[in-house]
Amino acid sequence: MNTPPLALQVTDLTLAYAEKPVLWDIDLDVPSGVLMAIVGPNGAGKTTLIKSVLGLLKPAAGRVSIYGKAVDTQRHRIGYVPQRGSVDWDFPTSVLDVVMMGRYGKLGWLKRPRKEDRDLALAALKKVEMDNYAARQISQLSGGQQQRVFLARALVQDADIYFMDEPFQGVDAVTERAIIQILRDLRESGKTVIAVHHDLQTVPEYFDWVMLLNVKRIASGPVTDVFTDKNLRRAYGGRVGFLAQQSHETGELTPPTNT
Amino acid sequence: MSIEQFEIQLIAAVVAAACALPGVFLVLRRMAMISDAISHTVLLGIVGGFLIAGDLDNPLLIVGAAFVGVLTVVLVEVLNKTRLVKQDAAIGLVFPALFSLAVILISIYARNVHLDEHTVFQGDLLFAPFDRFVIGGVDLGPRTLVIMSVILLLNISLISLFFKELKLTTFDPGLAAALGFAPAAINYGLVTLVSVTAVGAFDAVGSILVVALMIIPATTAYLLTDNLKLMMGLAVLFGAVSGVGGYWFARLIDTNISAAIVAVLGMVFTLTFIFAPERGMVSLARRRKRQKWEFARDMLLVHLLNHKGEPDEDYENRIHNLVEHFRWEPDFAEKVVRYCENYGLIVRRNAHLYLTGEGLALAENKEI
Repeated sequence: MNTPPLALQVTDLTLAYAEKPVLWDIDLDVPSGVLMAIVGPNGAGKTTLIKSVLGLLKPAAGRVSIYGKAVDTQRHRIGYVPQRGSVDWDFPTSVLDVVMMGRYGKLGWLKRPRKEDRDLALAALKKVEMDNYAARQISQLSGGQQQRVFLARALVQDADIYFMDEPFQGVDAVTERAIIQILRDLRESGKTVIAVHHDLQTVPEYFDWVMLLNVKRIASGPVTDVFTDKNLRRAYGGRVGFLAQQSHETGELTPPTNT
Repeated sequence: MSIEQFEIQLIAAVVAAACALPGVFLVLRRMAMISDAISHTVLLGIVGGFLIAGDLDNPLLIVGAAFVGVLTVVLVEVLNKTRLVKQDAAIGLVFPALFSLAVILISIYARNVHLDEHTVFQGDLLFAPFDRFVIGGVDLGPRTLVIMSVILLLNISLISLFFKELKLTTFDPGLAAALGFAPAAINYGLVTLVSVTAVGAFDAVGSILVVALMIIPATTAYLLTDNLKLMMGLAVLFGAVSGVGGYWFARLIDTNISAAIVAVLGMVFTLTFIFAPERGMVSLARRRKRQKWEFARDMLLVHLLNHKGEPDEDYENRIHNLVEHFRWEPDFAEKVVRYCENYGLIVRRNAHLYLTGEGLALAENKEI
């Protein structure tokens, strides 16, 4: 029997700003159909990793393949949710219009969005419970609503593998639950989701796969195997002392929020 | 109105419309100062084109200008990437260097040509109708008008063709790159368009007006709408109206037309800045004032609710206690109470304050 290709395979990825390495010799295998968190301290290179995998930053060395092929040939299968703060929310456009931007990749150059794209965008807004806001100007949204809009935009990309940069950043509890439900639905339908995550406490509950990163790859694999005290200590250095409390039975960690 | 007068106004309107379109994207991309740089450095492209071609009517001049425009942005980015120079300083380094090089080249090689610094800065719309565009003996109109109409059409068609791509790369370059839309290529495309527009326009109206026509209409429109297409439409409208208005203003006070157009643009912007329905200063001030009263109202209502039916109600829910409790000035406390009375939210009996049914509902709604 053929083994299906890995959703994401990264080999020897190294990236440096000036002489300071930001990512050092990263190897990473992510099987298809997992919900993976990338965790690590500030400056560990989490966002940089996502951006270099997507080809937005040019690595000094290394290879990346998505479902066994080069990233450039797989763009139609990749969904991307950048950090909410990376765009100008005063831009003169509406919620619906931002979600439609998720269709642009499928449309390709020069083709304009049509009614079916509009319908897909509206359906995605309904999924994130933002359909009543479709005509709203984006500057009027709260942080949680902005994140929902970004998520809806990712949904209409209709990708097989999603990269999300801090999808839970600055959102309220209700939104957080809504988002995790959508991520689980994505996984149920066979998609792969890779998200930069900051709250160590929720990793075992939300994710089934995890990568611990601090410039180097500390560990990656199923949460139950690699999300251990020892690995967290290696990723976070001395600061993990107050973070980690071993839970009795499973050896899983239930550390308080990493702030 | 003579035909020349009409033509001058038409030129002003067409130039303004042509500049306003790419200007919208410059403003949204926070590249306003780039237009300042480009509108000066294109002179180097013109001089270079002239030195190669030998005359001022050669299309090579526009090619040269577009090339130098892109070069300007590339140099600014290269300097910026060294992290030794910030972006605004990089613009300040690059454009005077290229511009002064152009001026020196003119004074050495092109002393006798119609390319002096005065025209470069101010332009001379007054004489534009006398330079005709004639092909095979047929007069197609003033040269500037013909050239700028072509550039306007070019801007309209390219921007509508690449509207989706421009919008995406402006709003979210990260996603644009992830989807394979080459934000860098779009950026240089826009810069080329700006350069071509600048070189066409500046012959007629001078570099200062080029900057003004690219930035002011777009900034004004930005204050009035949340819709990108409407913003572009409004920018074109403001530019064109100011172009025509500036012509008449110049006649009225007998001054340079370009300067008068900038003055009218400035007035249109100032009026919008003050009176724009949502984002103008007046409506901002009004909103702040209203919020201040509403906040005071909510504080009062919630306070009355919290002490309603409590043993200390008699003491707490008196108007003089508000002065103590909220540290409000007695005057202000009285005004807030009257405000709430006017809206039927509270009633006052012997200096005691009671919530009405409506006030109670609002207070319960506000209290979380």
